[in-house]
Amino acid sequence: MTFTQKFTLFLAAAALFPLSPLWAHRMWILPSSTVLSGSEAWITVDAAVSNTLFVFEHRPLRLEGLSILGPGGSRPAPQNLHTGQFRSSFDLKLNTPGTYRISLADSSVMASWKENGEVKRWRGSPDQMAAHVPAGAPELQITRMSSRVETYVTLGKPSREALAPAGAGLEIIPVTHPTDLAAGEEAVFALLMEGKPAAGIELTAVQGAGRHVDKPFEQKFSSGPDGRVRLSFPAPGYYWLQAAAGDAAPGRGGSRATCVLVLEVLPQ
Amino acid sequence: MNSRWAALAAAGFLQTAGPPRWQAAVEIPRVEVAEYHRPYVALWLEKPDGTFVANLAVWYDIRPKKGQGEDGSTWLKDLRSWWRKSGRELALPADGISGPTRAPGRHTAPVSPGALPPGEYVLVAEAARELGGREVLRAPLRWDGRQIEGGRAQGKTELGVVEISVMKDK
Repeated sequence: MTFTQKFTLFLAAAALFPLSPLWAHRMWILPSSTVLSGSEAWITVDAAVSNTLFVFEHRPLRLEGLSILGPGGSRPAPQNLHTGQFRSSFDLKLNTPGTYRISLADSSVMASWKENGEVKRWRGSPDQMAAHVPAGAPELQITRMSSRVETYVTLGKPSREALAPAGAGLEIIPVTHPTDLAAGEEAVFALLMEGKPAAGIELTAVQGAGRHVDKPFEQKFSSGPDGRVRLSFPAPGYYWLQAAAGDAAPGRGGSRATCVLVLEVLPQ
Repeated sequence: MNSRWAALAAAGFLQTAGPPRWQAAVEIPRVEVAEYHRPYVALWLEKPDGTFVANLAVWYDIRPKKGQGEDGSTWLKDLRSWWRKSGRELALPADGISGPTRAPGRHTAPVSPGALPPGEYVLVAEAARELGGREVLRAPLRWDGRQIEGGRAQGKTELGVVEISVMKDK
């Protein structure tokens, strides 16, 4: 294979897996505060894709798949939605004490097949696929991708309803409450695939250290037989956790699921 | 101390006027800055392993400032350790604990840890100042049911000397 061929294959793969951690930048959402007091409070949230955490330097993260789950199953509406060159942002008013889960979820399908000797491609949502992709076409390859980017904020006393798994795709569910994370203390997370414990899944934890730290904390973990990961954050600050699972590979289809969880770790 | 001793000590308190009163002393240093705001301060007791035991005091803007609809509870989260250990569980203001912010100087306050069993504890003081810093002090102490041994620490930035002692009978 010549360099040009390799490079073309790389570009094709990069186009095929725009959200895959193999090539992608990091997706994140960052709340202005994760711990709030008083009877009500506002937060603002940024959503972006970048390499350096949490610096706006590449692309905004689109807000189409945004959902917010509040205490008691409430669904508070985000306000002042905006997407700019480097980031999206929105505001959220917290009216009720408890913990809120902020999620950006996306699922998509990539398909390629041969039609009269020509390679055809299609990308869209799973429920649209049947209308666009001929079933049983020659050399049909289907790649299913799901991604989830989440964070938690708490007004007053933390609650746990919002921590319940959605039951779809890959999820990082906090076992240690996300408002209870402190530097130097062990925290436990459960990795779930379609709502069930997922063993042997790789999870990467990276410190959001901005561009002024030479070597931010970064460590890889693997979920145990019970699907759990135990880790200890070395210093206070914001952290980015990403889990990735699946068998998708360029040229043979498959599936790929990623989940990102942004957390704030407090000083002792 | 064996449990018989503890029981005797506890019985002794019941016969007098309940558990002995403690006195906390907190020094708030004078900070020379153009815009000074009094710090929020929380005092509490922990076990040596960090388990929360009891609140002694929290000083914050307990009433709305002029022209503001809300009291200072919005900023109680800045007492970050205290908020996580206890503050977020409380209905505030809380009787016998909440008080207004204090000016620079030494302040004493009677505090009531309740009928605390003898043992090892840690007095924790946390101060957070608007446009200033935050400081957490930990002072281990031993309580034998009558006297406190230890329970004193010297701060560096937002707190001076913090100490706790048993109030003398008058």
